Amino acid sequence: MLLRRTPDQEFLRETTARYLDDAVPAHELRRLRDDPAGFDAAYWRQGAELGWTSLLVPEDRGGGSVSGSGLVDATLLAYELGWHAAPGPFVDCNVVAAALGAADGGHDEVIKSLISGESVAAWCMAEGHPGGQLPEGIELEVHLEPGGVVLRGVKRPVESAAQASHLLVTGRLTTDRARQGLTQVLVPAATAGVELQPMRSVDLTRRFWAVRFRDVRLPLDAVVGEPGAATEAVTRQLHQAIALSTAESVGAMQRAFDMTVAWAFDRYSFGRPLASYQALKHRFADMKTWLEASHAVADAAAAAVDAGTSEAAELASAAKAYVGEYGTELVQDCVQLHGGIGVTFEHDLHLFVRRVTLGRVLFGTPSDHRRRLAAILEREELVS
Amino acid sequence: MSGDTDRDAAVRGAVGDDGLEDVEHFRARARAWAEENLAPLDPTALEVSFRAGLTEEEELAAVAHDRAVQRKLYDAGFAGICVPREYGGQGLTPAHQRALNDALAGFEFPIRLQSPTFAPCLAVLLDFGTEEQKRRHVPAILRGEELWMQLLSEPSGGSDVAAALTTAVRDGEQWILNGSKIWTTGAWWSDWGLCLARTNWDVPKHRGLTVFMLPLRQPGVEIHRIEMLNGSKEFCQEFLTDVVVPDSDRLGEVDDGWTVGTRWMFHERMLYNSPLVTFPVGNSFHASGPSLAGVARAVGRADDPHVQELVGEARMLDIVGERLQERIGTGIRQGLISDQAAAIARLFKGVVSSRVRTIAFDIAGAAGGAWLAEDGAAAERGTEFLVRQTGSIGGGTTEMARNVISERLLGMPRERALDRDVPFRDVPRGAAGRRGQGVATITGGGSPAQPAGPGAAREEGTSP
Repeated sequence: MLLRRTPDQEFLRETTARYLDDAVPAHELRRLRDDPAGFDAAYWRQGAELGWTSLLVPEDRGGGSVSGSGLVDATLLAYELGWHAAPGPFVDCNVVAAALGAADGGHDEVIKSLISGESVAAWCMAEGHPGGQLPEGIELEVHLEPGGVVLRGVKRPVESAAQASHLLVTGRLTTDRARQGLTQVLVPAATAGVELQPMRSVDLTRRFWAVRFRDVRLPLDAVVGEPGAATEAVTRQLHQAIALSTAESVGAMQRAFDMTVAWAFDRYSFGRPLASYQALKHRFADMKTWLEASHAVADAAAAAVDAGTSEAAELASAAKAYVGEYGTELVQDCVQLHGGIGVTFEHDLHLFVRRVTLGRVLFGTPSDHRRRLAAILEREELVS
Repeated sequence: MSGDTDRDAAVRGAVGDDGLEDVEHFRARARAWAEENLAPLDPTALEVSFRAGLTEEEELAAVAHDRAVQRKLYDAGFAGICVPREYGGQGLTPAHQRALNDALAGFEFPIRLQSPTFAPCLAVLLDFGTEEQKRRHVPAILRGEELWMQLLSEPSGGSDVAAALTTAVRDGEQWILNGSKIWTTGAWWSDWGLCLARTNWDVPKHRGLTVFMLPLRQPGVEIHRIEMLNGSKEFCQEFLTDVVVPDSDRLGEVDDGWTVGTRWMFHERMLYNSPLVTFPVGNSFHASGPSLAGVARAVGRADDPHVQELVGEARMLDIVGERLQERIGTGIRQGLISDQAAAIARLFKGVVSSRVRTIAFDIAGAAGGAWLAEDGAAAERGTEFLVRQTGSIGGGTTEMARNVISERLLGMPRERALDRDVPFRDVPRGAAGRRGQGVATITGGGSPAQPAGPGAAREEGTSP
């Protein structure tokens, strides 16, 4: 999280932090374990009133940032959601609202209902086959026919698909043999041919589905932007998702770390607090370093993606790869330093371990993003 | 100075309410000047400056060239950006220094003057120098006329800097210094040294130290170059024998050297984050070796997915390191986080430099163990691997950084020390410290080899 926040940003963050303190304490998260949606509709609407889904939408379409950098503002909320291991499809709703808001007109009712929290949306980007977790590997077919489109393919994992009123589906035109451009279609969830299969997940409250599109027919105005010309928009969506997701992971890392530091002071062995052992102090120093580095690169990625600088792709991949790898190292070290209690359901630590673990694999794994970084470097060196 | 009037003319009309030149205007002006006046950066310059590869003559020529480039910067009004104007600087802000780092991207710059001359030495002078001391030395440093070294570490102790054995004894208006210092970078071509010496053996260690300034080229100062295992002779050891230092060259109060030393080590940890240092952007954070993608191409492994992951990992660590430095540097400057947080950046940098050298060695494969000149970027990766740990040793070991982070930032209990509240004279010392009383060479001068402590390591900012 940013070290220096404007008073407006701090108000935004603080309001959400206080709301989450009350709305989703640990016992509530445990209760939601058995809830099919993982969150209550009223909880989400109230969150939306605090600005959860409006920051990435332009002002003239009903949204607006508090600092002029909507994505940076939204990462402050994502951080709090991670810090509280809070439920709700925050990343997807923001990415879909931003995508619809950035397209030329249309879908106003959907945007409005996402901003108010009356409905939620899911971004159907990832696919289950190797390489399918990133846009370049997308195989879902979009067939153009007179007056409309037909969708065929399977997306997974799709968050809150059963709760979503709309699915933003990213696919490829069947005519696009050269794989030159992606196409996005906004699919009302109730459309014939949309089939959901529930998945199990490591997170306690976040739910995922595999969504099959079996000859799903929609009119042409369901296409967001121009058919075959969505690659740039999809890349931006991916970067936004990464910025929000890494900020959320950093929040959960911070919470797990703070809990573990407190534990090290409280827990005595052989008449000394754990915090007095140099072997353990040095592990805490390593964790603190990973944590600060994660804060730093996540914030830098959010700022670059928001501003659309030339470094955005590199920073997004560096953030996703680093936070994915070192975030999970950090939370597992927190478990180790807790000892046996750290792997029980009763202790709260796992709520944050789960959140960071899930974050590691959504929107590309550390390994995927390391290869992306190498590819960017290779291109730059060939140019220069 | 001739550049002054040119500069005043150039910035007219671009001055803000604070009386300072607009940062963007400054950046554009610096870029235009660099394009006119500076040569492109030799891509090998950074690497060569940090390891073996230059003959003595070549290195002296490189030093002379660095001085000349610094003089150019000075004459054009681009030296000492954050140094007050009365001492020959520009009186501008860290934002201007960052703009200069942007503007100089891809151009030559005085590599050897940045550390330790500008940071920590110049920084310490600005913090503690008397008006007379600052007027004498600061402009000369900015003109490239005085290269400084830090005479801080001793053979008898690496991390425990405050246990210095080098002794200064008062003799009227002057001091007589005896002892030995080590791990000084390029002392053999430097002009002045900042020296931490013991002035009182009858008080606890932190309370009996004093800092002095002394010319390195004088009778009684003997400088030996140390050959590192990769052939580099970058580091030196100095032997001080009855060196006379006038009291007017004392920096700070007598026996209050640890106050100076604490800031000194703070400035050292700031490294390239110091607003006194010019380090053009685009130069690698870990400053060691060619691009890893280049190593992969040299051995024909650029298409190997495993190698791509390694290249990507190194790039990731590089990017994250830059952003971490930035976060911590800005946080400290703005007073948002403790000065001690510099240890976080230090630990990260050390661990990463080891990891990146391992990656390079891995990618090079067998060419890392034995190579031909035509192996290009893959050559020497094994040599770099041999000195892999230097980044985790020099300038304060990563173990000391871990102590600082856990104790100073997280508030965990301090390690037990047997030298607190005890007159330094009575503190237990190992064989190296007892035998040589600070004049032992690193190999013990004929006696069995005695480890001298891990390089220029530091006890970070301990207060008495």
